[in-house]
Amino acid sequence: MEKFKPLPSLPAPVKTTGIIGWLRTNLFSSPLNSVMSLILGYIVLSLLIPAINWAFVKADWFGTSRDACTSGGACWVFITSRFSQFIYGFYPETEYWRVDTTFVVLAASLAWLMINHLPWKKWVSIFAVFVFPFVAYVLLHGGHFGLMEVETHRWGGFMLTLVIAVVGIAAALPLGILLALGRRSQMPVIKSFCVVFIEVWRGVPLITVLFMASVMLPLFVPQDITFDKLLRALIGITLFQSAYMAEVVRGGLQAIPKGQYEAADALGLSYWRSMSMIILPQALKMMIPGIVNTFIALFKDTSLVLIIGLFDLLAIVQAALTDPKWLGFSTEGYVFVALMFWVFCFGMSRYSQHLERKLHTGHKR
Amino acid sequence: MSSEAKKPQAHSTMPNNKPLFWNDPEKRALFFQALLILAVGGAIWIIVDNTLANLEQRGITTGFDFLSKPAGFGILQSLIEYNEQESYGRTFIVGLLNTLLVSGIGIALATLLGFVIGVARLSHNWLISRLALVYIEIFRNIPLLLQIFFWYFAVLRALPNAKQSLSIGESVFLNIRGLYIPSPVFEAGSSIILIALITGVIASFFVSRWAHKRQDDTGQIFPTTWVNLGLIVGLPVIAFFISGSPVSLEYPELKGFNFRGGITVIPEFLALLVALSIYTAAFIAEIVRSGIQSVHHGQTEAAHALGLPHGRTLKLVIIPQAMRVIIPPLTSQYLNLTKNSSLATAIGYPDLVSVFAGTTLNQTGQAVEIIFITMAVYLLISLLISVFMNWYNKRMSLVER
Repeated sequence: MEKFKPLPSLPAPVKTTGIIGWLRTNLFSSPLNSVMSLILGYIVLSLLIPAINWAFVKADWFGTSRDACTSGGACWVFITSRFSQFIYGFYPETEYWRVDTTFVVLAASLAWLMINHLPWKKWVSIFAVFVFPFVAYVLLHGGHFGLMEVETHRWGGFMLTLVIAVVGIAAALPLGILLALGRRSQMPVIKSFCVVFIEVWRGVPLITVLFMASVMLPLFVPQDITFDKLLRALIGITLFQSAYMAEVVRGGLQAIPKGQYEAADALGLSYWRSMSMIILPQALKMMIPGIVNTFIALFKDTSLVLIIGLFDLLAIVQAALTDPKWLGFSTEGYVFVALMFWVFCFGMSRYSQHLERKLHTGHKR
Repeated sequence: MSSEAKKPQAHSTMPNNKPLFWNDPEKRALFFQALLILAVGGAIWIIVDNTLANLEQRGITTGFDFLSKPAGFGILQSLIEYNEQESYGRTFIVGLLNTLLVSGIGIALATLLGFVIGVARLSHNWLISRLALVYIEIFRNIPLLLQIFFWYFAVLRALPNAKQSLSIGESVFLNIRGLYIPSPVFEAGSSIILIALITGVIASFFVSRWAHKRQDDTGQIFPTTWVNLGLIVGLPVIAFFISGSPVSLEYPELKGFNFRGGITVIPEFLALLVALSIYTAAFIAEIVRSGIQSVHHGQTEAAHALGLPHGRTLKLVIIPQAMRVIIPPLTSQYLNLTKNSSLATAIGYPDLVSVFAGTTLNQTGQAVEIIFITMAVYLLISLLISVFMNWYNKRMSLVER
């Protein structure tokens, strides 16, 4: 008797595989879907093609004045000819290397901490937290070690945006940790003080905080102490941000199982020891995505400093748009600023999502 | 229980081991709290002292007398009667109303747009869900202020002047000076329509209650939505025709260089509203998406197994559970939108910050009082919205055992 042999299996129907199958399931699965796909596709194409034409095909890229823009598309000459001003503000051109060095060192130490399996992380983090701020101040502000002094009113552009965002988040974190610990404290006075402090700052818009910092702060101190405009903005932003940070920290603290607190107490550790050795190391790890999200919000909010007269990236582009030689290029200017902010914010939000997935292991049960 | 039993024993074996003063947690707590009160009190005292000295030196008066003095400046848009002779106190109210107007309409538009895009993000149609994703990722990663500037300076400032206005029919016009739409004119007898509307709303409320009770008792379903729609829309329309159409529309007309008549929406308001709605909608869309995804697929299958049709599954099973997840973060987005409306000051829309903490502050110089009032108002608005949304959340949350 002949052994039974199954027939060779047929290939899957053409309708369900390859490009046709993908189109059928994702775009044309029902008559209604087909109609919507066609209409939307038409709208997208009819918007996208002119936009690409404007931004790339018909655009002019290099030159020195608006006369270079002849092709009828976007005039990127406006950006390229002022690029260094948009990045460094009014920082003296011979001193650009100082800004570059500062941010390269910052980026390098952050990258070192973010990449897995690199050695000496402890020392790099000690450097980033305790040494780097002084190095950055000396480099950016100057006035010591033979470096030319550059007053803060000459800082501007994207560099100022980064300075405000980084200082704001770095100064707000320790304050936020203290506030969050205070909010979870058993002592009624400390608890209510922290609750009121946090809720007041979270309840008011950043603009009023900046107004307060720029108008009222000089009134609060004796006449002979004067505040730099940038320092005033930084104080306002730090206070404001510390309240948001405190809520992120509180979320992290609440996520630690109660057993950890009890175990620390059972070992006879004092409050500060149990916090710094048991609770915070675990909580901080889980808070990193929240901190990154707060940083993204702060990074976008730095653009508000233009209202109190500081020239961050948006403000300096806005000022350049009113230059009579370059009137009418607002779209190019805004697209450039939007792209700068978008690249940073999108990158950071992707990083925080990646972290969330990575860290979502230990405490999930 | 065992620890309680052991306590006195421990004390009896170590009678002299009472903790030292600085090791007793209770006394320590008292000490630290007293220290905090002293520190905060001292800081406030120093600040008040310095401020009074500084104000005196600069010759700035203190107190709230300035609120009744004449303001002497005009305001671009006002919901109540306002002219330059009115008091500074009045400018506060005008600014506050403008803030509430733009926040209220903004919240409604952002919610609508956000829900549509959040649902579109979950569509099985690849193109629709990708477009929703692109929308979300673009608009939430660009600073709001930049978006406001874009809509104001790059879009609305680039519109043609009044003579070359863009128009829909001969009733809606858009030009560099703003948007012109027809306004309703209420003539004698139009109050009947209002009465009809109120009657319709009240009647629909009772119809819903009755229908609910009947469904509980008998299991029969009453088409509540259609009946209520008929009551709320139908009654005023019938009243409108019975009373001889007492409401007419006044159309904007081009006279000289500008439009007269109708309602004028200033470009500052338009730019702020569009930017706020689009920006916040991106966040709301993400909230809606995660809320709907948080409802387990088994819930849909169970509802279908019970024989509920698709619409009823959504209404009775999916949405109530999703709302529970959606509402808390939605509240904070509403609060954000209200606070972000203060960015109006950058383009000169006359909101609270721009009018009161801007022009009024510059004219009177009374920074402390004005900033204090402004912050207090925002705090109050935040508290009110949180209280309302907490109440709503409590109503929506599932009652568990």
